[in-house]
Order: sequence, then structure tokens, then C-alpha cells
Amino acid sequence: MSRYTSATEDDRRAMLEEIGVASIEELFADIPRELLLRGGLDLPQGRPEQEVYEHLRELAERNVSTEREISFLGAGMYDHYVPALIDSILQRSEFLTPYTPYQPEVSQGGLQVMFEYQTAICELTALPVSNASVYEGPSAVGAAAYLAKLANGRTRMLASRGVHPHSRETLQTLSTGYGTTVEDVALRDGATDLDALAAALADDVGAVFLQQPNFLGAVEDVAALAAAAHDHGALVVCACDPLSLGVLAPPGACGVDVAVGEGQTLGNRLDFGGPSFGFFAASEEHLRQMPGRIAGETVDADGRRGFVLTLQTREQHIRRERATSNICTSQALNALAGVIYLAWLGRRGIVELGELLIQRTAYARDALAALPGVSTLHDRPVVREFAIRLGAPVHGVIERCAREGVNPGYALARDDPELADGLLVAITEQRSRADIDRLVDVLGAAVAAERDVVEVRA
Amino acid sequence: MSVTTETPQQRDRARTVFEKSRSGRRAAVLPALDVPERPLDELIPPTLRRVDPPRLPEISEPEIVRHYNRLSQRNFDLDSGFYPLGSCTMKHNPKLHERVAALPGNARLHPAQMPARAQGALELMWRLQGALAEIAGLPHVSLQPSAGSHGELAGVLLTRAYHRDRGEERTKVLTPDTAHGTNPATVTMAGYQVVKVGTASDGGVDVDDLRAKADESVACLMLTNPNTLGLFDSNIVEIARVVHAVGATLYYDGANLNPMMGVSRPGDMGFDIVHFNLHKSFTQPHGGGGPGSGPIAVSERIEPFLPRPLVVRREGHAIAGSAANGDRVGGSQTPYDLDYDRPKSIGRLRGFQGNYGVFVRSYAYICSLGADGLRDVAESSVLNANYLLARLRRAGVSQYLPLAYDRICMHEFVLSGAPMKRDLKIRTLDLAKRLLDFGFHPPTVYFPLLVEEALLVEPTETETRETLDAFADAIAEILNEAREDPEIARNAPYSTPVRRLDEARAAKQPVTRQPL
Repeated sequence: MSRYTSATEDDRRAMLEEIGVASIEELFADIPRELLLRGGLDLPQGRPEQEVYEHLRELAERNVSTEREISFLGAGMYDHYVPALIDSILQRSEFLTPYTPYQPEVSQGGLQVMFEYQTAICELTALPVSNASVYEGPSAVGAAAYLAKLANGRTRMLASRGVHPHSRETLQTLSTGYGTTVEDVALRDGATDLDALAAALADDVGAVFLQQPNFLGAVEDVAALAAAAHDHGALVVCACDPLSLGVLAPPGACGVDVAVGEGQTLGNRLDFGGPSFGFFAASEEHLRQMPGRIAGETVDADGRRGFVLTLQTREQHIRRERATSNICTSQALNALAGVIYLAWLGRRGIVELGELLIQRTAYARDALAALPGVSTLHDRPVVREFAIRLGAPVHGVIERCAREGVNPGYALARDDPELADGLLVAITEQRSRADIDRLVDVLGAAVAAERDVVEVRA
Repeated sequence: MSVTTETPQQRDRARTVFEKSRSGRRAAVLPALDVPERPLDELIPPTLRRVDPPRLPEISEPEIVRHYNRLSQRNFDLDSGFYPLGSCTMKHNPKLHERVAALPGNARLHPAQMPARAQGALELMWRLQGALAEIAGLPHVSLQPSAGSHGELAGVLLTRAYHRDRGEERTKVLTPDTAHGTNPATVTMAGYQVVKVGTASDGGVDVDDLRAKADESVACLMLTNPNTLGLFDSNIVEIARVVHAVGATLYYDGANLNPMMGVSRPGDMGFDIVHFNLHKSFTQPHGGGGPGSGPIAVSERIEPFLPRPLVVRREGHAIAGSAANGDRVGGSQTPYDLDYDRPKSIGRLRGFQGNYGVFVRSYAYICSLGADGLRDVAESSVLNANYLLARLRRAGVSQYLPLAYDRICMHEFVLSGAPMKRDLKIRTLDLAKRLLDFGFHPPTVYFPLLVEEALLVEPTETETRETLDAFADAIAEILNEAREDPEIARNAPYSTPVRRLDEARAAKQPVTRQPL
């Protein structure tokens, strides 16, 4: 008996007798003998709960979390504050442990959450249709390409270089299956180059992929880019930062057909990259091409208001090889965190938070760009993240800052060798002015020291 | 029976958080502006800004908590009752896992943290990869896919990359007619044509049909074993031989891995690619529809194509700087790293490194159970399923709910409600709804598709004999009741927060958000 099973020796005996076999082995008689594992799995033996806890705690200790350094890391996931009420509600067994709501009469809680979540996403994006979540940000971009292919059958996709490198790579990976191609559209001064987009557009382009704000933090003129795409009948897919949508023009008001994005910033913890959720919203005409679960309102036999999973004929369990997506399990619990967060922040909070981020980010950007040798990588408007050039070896600078307890940001050379000295700096409401001032001091000293090292070597 | 009284929950009509909003209320109080304020127009031009703020709810913290707590009470959940949903493996979710996942070193670890400063997380992932490889009997693992269907997509794209690397373009993927819907849906998304393989009279793959359809245009056969009928396919060695003889790969849908752990390994059966559902066999709570995680294990010949990055352990030396980002930490041992330098990789399927929070829980589970505990899971799941089957038989329900394929089952079994529908005038759907009034979550219904009025029952290893007895007795009682008056089941449920819902109406006039 292991700790999560209950059968005693007496139980086993009685159960085998009821079944009418002499041993457990007989139950596995269908497995050819040569396929039975001899000698058991080569894994350690089980351990008591307290020892497992100690082992996991010791492993976790060896990670430097955002509680142990002043972190300006972003690049797709951000250290926003997660209010305590989210932990409390998400740990309720009634939300934590059910399956997908296949029996709506006993799943009204989860289904209503989905309906509320869809309402919130539609309101944020100013688009009329939302599903109940997809896996996460970059795969949501990939899912949008499949919708585009279903919608217009065209096979050329154009992706701005401002789209997150993980999203662009995911698009590329999936395109081998979709039978589509993906071409980059260059940036100019940090934002998508409208002329380059216009030059690449033609009537065989299925969709144009944008990100707002883009990977380098720049606020794009989405409306102008979308208009160019629509001139050629291409769909416009925009990956949006949902937390910026209290302040920035929503995708639905900019001509975007499909808005997707990473939902982590809405009340989900960092978790070293997941689980979080992706959101997926679209214009009305794409309702029946949407991937994933969608909750809808209806009534019960007595006329009470209720909610069900609806439009299931799009989905894999009904439509099989003709489904609009293969997605089954998605991210219901993470989407619940998202809708609680949006209710917590509320109509005024989402604007206030956006404005706070904009002000602090502007302060940080100016202060860093004023350091000797440091310059902005672009001068576009930004919300909570911006790119700078250090004029010094970026990894050396990061290492020096880390020794001072400051993680100054994301080295852009990780994805783009041309941005060898580029650093992406993210500011959340958890980074105070004092934290930013500390970053400026530490980074300034680190840049100066690395420049000295380079000079000595030269 | 006529029900004239409403329960308090039924009386409590659904109102959304938006409907509870009142202008001026709020929950969040944000930090004060602590930097010199600049005019917003100077920072973001008005043309790029939103005109009207989004109409999110205005509601206080106590009301948010009460709203969602009350909503939670309108859910049935695994911690409260038996949930024998077939092919979903609704096993206990140990509470330790929530505690360790929430440790700040896990929960607040940024995914772009330098590998040298995330050694604990990378070591955990590396150890989990090793354990999953051992369980699958295949040497290499990628943890990246986000759920089972995402793992399937990775697997079929790996197959494509493998064939392409050998200079071959194949066009078809075979799936049995018992397959989960995700299999054919995945095949289409991966650019292949689905070809169905039939089921033999014993419930396994029709090997003759497979032989007839397996040729060099076939890229892959996707198989679940035990299959969705809960039966182990005894012909698996011959199936693998037929598939490999035409140069195709054999894909293992891991949804039904639970009864195999420590008993028999997909790699030893001849499978090339396996996906795991960490939210099924490895206890990640299902969350009402996610999150999950769908790692894949592969054979040597598939390994070069795995998604990147891969978690690796660099043996024998301190890392002076990984190729990707030049991390260095004063000469200390930091052997775990992310390997991006994989030229034949199919690339990424998502951002960052996968659903790490799920990895923590699944790794804790494997540590707790160990080799013998995992084998006990497999054995107990099969014991429980066969016991429940025997108890149902003894309770006299076989006449109306016969076993679709009368054999010893693995961790789940399929009953057909066809005689029940014919003789008692209630459908499988009615039985399922009536079970709700008995406090049980029904089994999976109307799947697999080839069984008429199907009920797919998976009790899992974590249920007691008493629970299984009670469930068998409830089924018998419902059938008895139907013999007297089928209307009772046909109008069920009565005691749930809402009664039977009009799904046709929801689909005909979709209302998928609240007009604000």
C-alpha cells in the first residue's frame, strides 16, 4: 500500500476473490510475458512526505527568485504583484480538482467563471468573441495562424520582428504542419516598418502578426499596420499585453481581427515560465473557427439561468480530423486567476496601474539612458519595458549587477546576435523608485567597469 | 416523483461579477506614484491611447471572495467525491504538491533567470526527465509541451522532421477508430491525412486492416495502449513490427499510462514517441480544464529533432558560460543548463521551458512513491477497475449495461447502455444525470464512439473498496428505479444547483459574453 491508495491485504484478497482471479498478476495476463518489466523501475524508493518536502525545498533554495534580488527581467513574463485572494480562491478544491466541465449541472461554478472571463477579455480587447483560454502566449500566436489558414486558405504569413522571438519560433515550428511559410518584417527605430510591411504584402498573405507593445517595448501604431494588411485581405493578428489595455488603444479599435496574448501578467505567478494562460479573442465572423472551449449562457429545465460549453462541433472530441484545433485541456485555473485579478484591479485600477507603469518606466529609461556609454535602442513610446544599448559587454554587466543583488534585465543577444550589447529592462509596480535608483547606480558602475576591462584588453 | 422545493443553491440565481459591480467600489490599492509625474500625452500620444476605460467590475475584496467562493460551491470536485471519468485519471491530488509548488524559489522564479541562478529548477527538470524516460523505457525527454494534445502535435511534427531528414515526404497517419479525438485533430494540424484502422472483435487493433493500410506513404501509427476500451492490445509486438517494416514511427498516446507504470514500458513495446499527461498519471490537479503538461519521450533516432531548449547536465566541469548567454558564477559548479544548440530541432512549441509548476508537482509525486509505489499505482488501478466491474455484475446490472468487450480490463472499462435504452427506456445520458443526484460524478459518456450508448468508467487507484461498492449499488438502484418509472432518470438531476440545461439553445443562439 502506498500512501495514496487504500487497499489493505484483506481488501485485496476480497477484491481478487470477487473478480475471480488468484492474483494481481492474472489481471495483467493480456500483456505478453516478454513485455513485462523485470526487476522494476530503476528509480529510488519512495520517501516520507517530510523528506520529499525537504528535498524540494532544498532544490527551490538554489534558485534566485524575484524575492532574493531586485529583478528587472521581463521579456514576456513580468513580476507583478499577485493579490492574496487569488491564492486563496485557487486553492479551493472545488476549483482546483474538477475536470473540464463535461457535466454542466455540477460545473456551474467553473462554467460561469469561463463566461465571466470571456466577458472580461472581450471588454479588454474590444473584440466580440473570446474562448475560455489556450495554453500560453507564443502558442496562442501559433493557434491564430491556424485560424487564419482556416479562414482564408492563404499560406504566406508575415511576422513583425517586434513579435516575441518565442512566438516567431513557435509560428515557424507549426508552419511545417500547417503548410504555411513565415517571413519576417523588419523594424525601424524599434517599431514595425510600415514600408517594409507594405512591400511584403500581397494577395497571398494570410495573416500579419504584430505585438503590442512589441518585444523591444515599443508601442506600435497598430491601426496603420492593420490598414495596410487589410488592403490585401490579410487577417491581422496582434499579441497584446493585457495589462496595458487600460491605457493603450484596444486591438478591436485598431482593426485587429484576432487578439491573443500571454495572460501571466493577470494574477498568475512566474512559476519559471508556466503554467499561465493564453487568451484568444476575435471578431464575430471567426466565432466558428475559434480553437478551444467556449462557455455560453442558456437556461435549465425550470428556466433558471445557466452556463454550458457550447459550439462544441468545432472541437476535437466531436469534429475529430476536421476540428478547428486539437486543444483539449487548456488553462482553466490560470484563466480563473486572470478574471479574479481583473475584478480586483477593476475599472479604475487597470488605468491607474497602466499609468503608474508608464511613469516609472519613463523615469527609469531616462535615468539609464543618461549613464555614460548607455543609450536607448529606440525612442518610441513605451509602457513597462524598454531597450537600451550598454556600449559594454552585456553579460559582464549583468554578472556584475547580479553580484550586487540586482538583475538588470534581459540580454537581447539571447535571441538576436545583432543586438549584442542590448538590454531589455522591465518595470513593474513592485519596482519602486528606490529600486530603480539602485539599478541606475549598480548598472552605471558595472558598465564603467566593463568598459575599463575592454579598454585594458584593447 | 415530483420535486416542488428548490434547494438554497437553486434559489440563488446566477449573477455574474459584472452584475455585482457598483460604481465607486474597488479592491486594489496600488502603490503611490513615487517618480516625478510627466504629462501622459508626452509619453504616449493620445492617438495610441484608449478613449474609454474597459468596463471591468467595480467591487470590493470581500465581495470578490464571496462571489468566487459561492461559485466554487456550484462545482463538483474530486476532493469531495468519486469522479470515475474514463480516460481522465481522476486520482487524488496530494496536498504536499501545492505547498512545494508555492515555495518562492519556484513560484517567483523568472523564466528568463540565468541558468546559473536557476540550478535547483533545472536540476528538478533534469531529474523529472530521467524518471519519465525510465517509466517510458525511452532514453530522451522534452518537457516543453503544455498538455497531451500539445505533446501529440510535437510528436507528429517530430515524425515529419524524422522522415524529412531521411529525404522522405509521407502523407498519412494511421489512427484506430477508438482513438481520442485529439489524435485525428492533431494529424490534420500537422499536415497529414488521417487513415482509420478498424477494431477487431477482441477490442484490439484489427491487424489485418493495419497490414492492408500500412505502406510507405504512412508516416506514423498513433496508438493508446491500453486503448480507450481499457484493453491491453496483446498484438502490440506484431503491430510495432508491421509499422516499423514500412519505415513509419509508432506513437504512444499516454492518456492511459497509469496502469502501465512499472509494469510494462511503451519503449519496450516498440513505441518511438510517447507523450505523458502529467495531469492524469502524475497528479497535477485538473483545475476545471487545465493547466496540464504533456512531456514527450523519444527513441535515439527521434532525439535530434526534439524541441529546444532541452535541459542538460554538463558533466565534469564548472560551466564558464553557456553557449547561449555566457552565464558564469565565480567557478562554482553549475552543471545544469539549457541547450539551444540543436540544429535539427523542430524548434519551439511555446514560450520558455514549459509548465514548470506542473513539473514540481509531478516530480514530488515520483519522489514520494518511488519505483514500488508507482507499480502499486498501476496494480491498484487495475484491481479497482476489475473489482468495480465484478461488483456491477453482482449487482445485476449486466443485463442492461453489458461490458462492451467481455475481457479482463486494465484501469478502465466500457459498458454499453444499448440494452438499457431498449428495455428500460433510459439513455446513458439519463443514467449519468441521475448519478449526480446520488452524489457521484458520472463516467465519461458516449465515448469511445464505436460503442453504442457508451459509459467509460475509470475508478483510479486512490478510491476505496467502499466507494466502489457504493457506486455499483447506486447504478443498480437507478436501474431498478427506471424499471418502475423511467421518467425519474429522464428528468434528472433534481438536486444540483441547476437542472438539465438546454445545450441546443446555447449553440443555436450563442451568448458567449455578457453585454455590458
